[in-house]
Amino acid sequence: MRKPNYYKLRLIKDRVMFLLVYLSLALALIPLFSILYEVVQRGIPAINLDFFIKPTPTVGEKGGGVANAIQGTLITIGLASVIGIPVGLMSGIFLSEYSEHKLSTIIRFFNDVLSGVPSIIIGVFAYALIVRSIGFSVIAAAFALSIIMIPIVTRTVEEALKLIPMNIREAAIALGVPRWKTVVAIVLRGARKAVVTGILLSIARIAGESAPVLVTMGFWRWWFAGLDRPAANLALNIFIFAMSPFENWIVLAWGSALILILLVLGINIAVRIFIRGRY
Amino acid sequence: MKVKYKNKHTVFPYLKWLIIGDNIFKIISALFASTILLLLGLMVYELIKGSWLSIQTFGLDFILGTKWDPAISKVFGALPLILGTAVTSAIALLIGVPISLGVGLALSEYIPKRYGFVISFLVELLAAVPSVIYGLWGMFVLIPFLRDYIYSHIRALFGFIPIFSGPIYGGGVLTAGIVLAIMIIPTVSAVMRDLFMIVPNSQREAIIALGATKLETVKTVVSYTRSGVIGAIILGLGRAIGETMAVTMVIGNRFQVWPSSLFDAWYTMSAIIANELLEATYDLYVSALMNVALALLFITLVINILSRLIVWRTLRLVRGIAKE
Repeated sequence: MRKPNYYKLRLIKDRVMFLLVYLSLALALIPLFSILYEVVQRGIPAINLDFFIKPTPTVGEKGGGVANAIQGTLITIGLASVIGIPVGLMSGIFLSEYSEHKLSTIIRFFNDVLSGVPSIIIGVFAYALIVRSIGFSVIAAAFALSIIMIPIVTRTVEEALKLIPMNIREAAIALGVPRWKTVVAIVLRGARKAVVTGILLSIARIAGESAPVLVTMGFWRWWFAGLDRPAANLALNIFIFAMSPFENWIVLAWGSALILILLVLGINIAVRIFIRGRY
Repeated sequence: MKVKYKNKHTVFPYLKWLIIGDNIFKIISALFASTILLLLGLMVYELIKGSWLSIQTFGLDFILGTKWDPAISKVFGALPLILGTAVTSAIALLIGVPISLGVGLALSEYIPKRYGFVISFLVELLAAVPSVIYGLWGMFVLIPFLRDYIYSHIRALFGFIPIFSGPIYGGGVLTAGIVLAIMIIPTVSAVMRDLFMIVPNSQREAIIALGATKLETVKTVVSYTRSGVIGAIILGLGRAIGETMAVTMVIGNRFQVWPSSLFDAWYTMSAIIANELLEATYDLYVSALMNVALALLFITLVINILSRLIVWRTLRLVRGIAKE
């Protein structure tokens, strides 16, 4: 007796798998397009001159804007970068240039672990460490955001520096250039585009963080009033406005979402074009 | 002619300084890098210190208790929160993992390389969208859509099963699971793509030479990186468990031991911290919330360490074989 021929069945299974793969791709990408479409469509009506020059409206007030949130976000991100970038940069240098050091494997591993810690936990940590002593403040929020930033910068700097060929380092050392100068003037310089890319991506990431901002600053509807006071924040505003029952605030939430998504995706797209242009 | 030098520093007068400079730079960079360890250690210490009052007061009852009453009896039990986090994350994995596997396979096996980078880029953009925007979209777009077009049909078809019966609010356990699934897909599929990409072509060629179809080839590729795929799934689980804002915005935030159905509102560990930490008025309340944070940190640390170890090991193993 001949064995039954399974060829047809195998082909059918193969076609089904083909369809399933493309179906899952479609299912994964539909939310992206839906988010972009809805944010643009509902966000544009909120955008006008007042949106950019006026602070958060009080309940019941018509109009108003998010100028104070833009200001507060920029200040908070700026302060977070002042803490996060040097630490991330130096850690990345250490992991890449001193990879023979005993500590570096451990630090690389825990750097990955730190990047997986939920942002709300980092917020609670900043709350325990800073808010409890000096109160809700820009400093506490910037501290939390810088902890989110450090692993990202460290990772990208390490990977960027590792792309620089070893013989360039050897050439510099053969000329009698000290190792630290080799790192700073030659390796870091050669990888500066990739390093800037990593820093920009980390800024895009913390610009969109709202959970740690919520527990370190809370909602603040006035202008920036000092580093030891809270400041308004764009991402947090979206949360507060969206959860509020006020029509005007919900419109502002979509407007803020449009600004934020333009900023975050803009940085991501610009960085991608930037890198592709290089290779 | 031989010249005798008193010591090497007369020939290289700066050598000593060069070496000192190098050591200083090395030490400084090592110190900066060590702040990463310091921060993690300090984080664990601060959260333990912060939740000490709650640990002393409730002990194990905190994990097993089902009552959260800050107003009157001041008793805090986090079991419903832990269950809420577990169930929503499980739903997210149930929906998200098959789709991520499909996306990972599409990117590495099915889509031609020249289009692949565009799709990869779009998937990465999905990962860059801030979580609060997922929440906003979930509240105003996904909830009405699910409520009007999906949930009513599910209830009509499967209403005889208890988990699919009951009133439909729109937001709730299932909605939170779906939003989480959407949020973990980019991470999980990117790791899966990287894993599949490093499978050596000789494996594919060997099975194709035996007359295998594409599906059978793909099966070989997946089984080749099996443990790495599991690592990627655990990584996704870690993300789902810690996600805060999007979940807070769609889950309904109702503290109850067990929801009446998948359409019912519930609460998660991260959501209660976000909602109540600013309103906590007395020490025990704050300490209880810190205790929730500590438990969450512990869970995510275990999950993260586990998944990183698995993914690292697979990547190294497969790369090692590929080199030979």
